[in-house]
Amino acid sequence: MELDTDVLVVIPAYNEADSVGAVVTEVLEAAPKVHVLVVDDASTDTTAILARNAGAQVVTNVFNLGVGGAMRVGFRYAAAKGYRAMIQVDGDGQHDAHDVGRLLEPLDDRPEPMVSIGARFAGQGDYDAPRARRWAMHLLAWYLSRVTHVHLTDVTSGFRAHNRAAIELFARTYPADYLADTVESLVIASEAGGTVVQVPVSMRSRTGGAPSQSPLRAAVYLVRVALMLTVAVFRRRSVRPPTTEAPS
Amino acid sequence: MSGVHIIALISALATLTVIVELSRRRQLREKYAVVWLGVCVVVAVIAIAPGLFNHAAHAMGVISPPDLLTVLAALFLLVVCVYLSWELGRMEDKTRLLAEEVALLRNGIEELRPPDGALANDASGPSDDSEPGS
Repeated sequence: MELDTDVLVVIPAYNEADSVGAVVTEVLEAAPKVHVLVVDDASTDTTAILARNAGAQVVTNVFNLGVGGAMRVGFRYAAAKGYRAMIQVDGDGQHDAHDVGRLLEPLDDRPEPMVSIGARFAGQGDYDAPRARRWAMHLLAWYLSRVTHVHLTDVTSGFRAHNRAAIELFARTYPADYLADTVESLVIASEAGGTVVQVPVSMRSRTGGAPSQSPLRAAVYLVRVALMLTVAVFRRRSVRPPTTEAPS
Repeated sequence: MSGVHIIALISALATLTVIVELSRRRQLREKYAVVWLGVCVVVAVIAIAPGLFNHAAHAMGVISPPDLLTVLAALFLLVVCVYLSWELGRMEDKTRLLAEEVALLRNGIEELRPPDGALANDASGPSDDSEPGS
């Protein structure tokens, strides 16, 4: 799929005034034709103004909904406006906007959902994370590789592309909870008969904001991951038939 | 009637009064009012006729009826708490959905508004679209 005017780049941003302008500019440099939507998750700084000045459409949430909630807004916007594909880019500048084309490449207009994940290079992206967090990420990757039947290594990456079917699916079903947004969405896509692919990309250190990694938080993260996977194993399998549309 | 029973009866009547008053002012939804009215009635009946409950407890093979009462009360409160968490989760989902909808609608309005903000100034009612060259 090509980077054209029917492709929407969604940037969820919460207090990213330091970086959001640069991210929008970079996306528009790398892909001048695409439309850019910044979902301002009720920032208290100038995120919305800077994003608009950089040339993005801005939707401002009434109160903070979290990344998952912001992405739900993005999916519903893309679904309502009829975009053919939607790419998610983090607002902190850790994703290289020049990779959006590579992310979009494997997608097509098939009626089943397709999600492509921009994953850090194996080895190269071995960034310095606490051990508990790395365990958690390995656990997640292992589980999702089983669910999706594709070898995945970086399932929490927020650098993703979705085809039209995935946009429509996630406009209704994208999970809003922290962590569930990135991980459970892949399970939902798989259960809907979709395809998940992984595209290697390079990651940079953030241009703004602080990384949310301390040993304690990493341990909490691991526990939450374990809990979530346990719930996921026992969750009722999808009962909706794959062909019918959900009630509007 | 011993002191404990009088206290139980008074609390039941007090709760009953509060529940009735709250639903009369439409501060309490009927579905919740019904539950608490039921609890009041049960407590009042046990307070007035403790023999009835003791008899029932012994018939069930419980040696100490007050223990049965405590366990039942705890179980009931547990069910209420779980139900309320479930209800709260549903409300959060609905609130979230509304917030998303508001954000998208607000964006839609901004798109409709002309760039010079004429819509905001034009409060005099319907008129022609173009600004007269005054």
